[in-house]
Amino acid sequence: MACGTTGTCGSGCYKDSNDGIEDSTITITTTNTMSTPSSTTLLSQHMKLCYKCKEEEVINSTGGLCGICFRNSLFAKFKQSITTHDLISPTDNVLIAFSGGPSSRVVLEFVHEIQQKAQKNSDASRDKLYPVFGVGVAFIDESVVTSIASHDLDNAIQDLRLIVSSLAPPTKELHIVPIQSIFSTDLKDGRNKLNELLDTVSDATGKEDLLCHLRMQCLQKIAFENKYNKLVLGSCTSRIACHVLSAAVKGQGYSLPADIQYIDARWETPVVLPLRDCLAQELNMLCRLNCLKTLDVLDAPRSGINDLVSKFLTTLQEENPARERTIVRTAEKLIPFHFNRLKEMKDPDETLPRRHRRKANLQPYESVPSEFLCSICCSPVKKLDVECLSNKLEGCETNFTIFGASCCPSCQFQILPKDLSSREQFYSLLPRPMTTRASDFISGDQTWLREQIKDCLLSDSEDGI
Amino acid sequence: MEDIEGKQKKPGSRLCSICTHKKAALKRPKTLEQICRECFFEVFEEEIHKVVVDNQLFKSGERIAIGASGGKDSTVLAYVLSELNRRHNYGLDLFLLSIDEGITGYRDDSLETVKRNEIEYGLPLKVLSYKDLYGWTMDEIVKMIGLKNNCTFCGVFRRQALDRGAALLKVDKVATGHNADDIAETVLLNILRGDIARLGRCTSIITGEDGPIPRCKPFKYTYEKEIVIYPLS
Repeated sequence: MACGTTGTCGSGCYKDSNDGIEDSTITITTTNTMSTPSSTTLLSQHMKLCYKCKEEEVINSTGGLCGICFRNSLFAKFKQSITTHDLISPTDNVLIAFSGGPSSRVVLEFVHEIQQKAQKNSDASRDKLYPVFGVGVAFIDESVVTSIASHDLDNAIQDLRLIVSSLAPPTKELHIVPIQSIFSTDLKDGRNKLNELLDTVSDATGKEDLLCHLRMQCLQKIAFENKYNKLVLGSCTSRIACHVLSAAVKGQGYSLPADIQYIDARWETPVVLPLRDCLAQELNMLCRLNCLKTLDVLDAPRSGINDLVSKFLTTLQEENPARERTIVRTAEKLIPFHFNRLKEMKDPDETLPRRHRRKANLQPYESVPSEFLCSICCSPVKKLDVECLSNKLEGCETNFTIFGASCCPSCQFQILPKDLSSREQFYSLLPRPMTTRASDFISGDQTWLREQIKDCLLSDSEDGI
Repeated sequence: MEDIEGKQKKPGSRLCSICTHKKAALKRPKTLEQICRECFFEVFEEEIHKVVVDNQLFKSGERIAIGASGGKDSTVLAYVLSELNRRHNYGLDLFLLSIDEGITGYRDDSLETVKRNEIEYGLPLKVLSYKDLYGWTMDEIVKMIGLKNNCTFCGVFRRQALDRGAALLKVDKVATGHNADDIAETVLLNILRGDIARLGRCTSIITGEDGPIPRCKPFKYTYEKEIVIYPLS
């Protein structure tokens, strides 16, 4: 256990029960504090035992489990996601996106645990052939857009360094990157550009979403530059449930299945979500029980639609704890995209022992057609909207018009500015990756576009291979 | 989702952005355009007309029952449909169909409104009551089962009552006043409940085509706010 005790936690870190933890309807309550030793001779009538191990006493809001079994159950879910979907393999170099919240903290903890085990196995093996995956940690410093005091930020970063250094061996490299670095290497210039860009977006939700997309750009940049091949996010069931409702409300229904699967390989560095089956409440609880430090001071208040949905879901979850899972289960019925699977490995590595060779994937990746992705949020765009795009491209003048047409309807409505002057300014401030993505697809990839819309073209003269 | 066209307004002027010679009287909830009263009526009605035409909701000569509760949606629907029927020669036979659930202090008032509509718009009215159809009023049901699940009973009964009324009137379709806000609520509700089957069906503008009486929702794309403004402006 992270706090160094084998059995029940000392009275230092576990706060008294009902300390802001919502009592779900299925818990068995206990009135004792943690300092009571749980030997059978001292069993009071109020004490209930964990239904799994039947030895330790139950902790509130864990669904009838003791602290150890609770942690084990979450770890088991994590491990199951990883093995079933092959999220992390021995030759990988994974980057963990750490935001400071409970989910990232848990994912960091759990990934470290499996890395440690793999390292032990590798050290203990005779031939020392088993590779162990590498782990790095990325933290995006968004202090230029949030109103955090500089000393709070410094303390938080210091805590972060401590956390990462304590999770060794194996050592993990920590990358602390300010978000404005995707605009320019000069941080002051980048900061001005970032703030100006956000100012051109009038919609509060649009601003927040744009910042989210920029954050992903930044993470992808770090992963690419430091040669990581997977990006691990701590997104949990609750966050995904919020996303499902927000996406439904923002008209992003077509692209919704892309964001909620275990694997999202439309990015340069594929994104994996190993904690997808855990609830935020469980992860919060785990951090409390195991004294896992989180950087709460970095919590930026959300606004607009995202905030409303988040609050709404919290209220619903209080009334019915199964609600978040139901929402995610509903959304799972949507058919995922082809990039929600990992590419097939070309040749299984012969030097790896048999059990490490990856299972062959069902379908070779290359034969599947690619989706047209929005230049801002990277969400797949429906074929109908692509056809509108081709119409708009006929004789269009400004760079912005081309760019605007390459965005999904939701980004067009929510993020792109409405008046002409703001539009040009917006386009000029965008970081390179977003604008090049648009022009790559449009100018460089005319043939692909033509292929998509050839059914609608009337005079289809020469070939369009 | 509407793309705001970004009409350039002259600084300081508040002229209607459609006809540009009358003064703008209101801001349209759907597009945030500033327009005058007459233009609002026109766009409102023309958009409904477009929905009817694009989705082929009606055929000439059909008998259509309008589910009339006496509320704002069905009253406006009755008015607009009869107006468009006349203006664009849909050739429809329109009827008002109202259901009396037997809720004292609620339905009695709205039934008066529907009777007024019958006179004002010249549409024949048929009222069916739960008492006649099923032998129970909602008040009696609530006395039996309380206030927790009574909405389910009422909804189920009403749906069947509408079907029966439609059959009695020998109509081809039933039109209800469900607006965009209602559909949005239904989508979210079905996501929350995990009702995949309903989720797939609930946004269709015509439902029950394989059943006895198809139902359509001409107000599917109309904002509730606009339905409220329309009669008041």
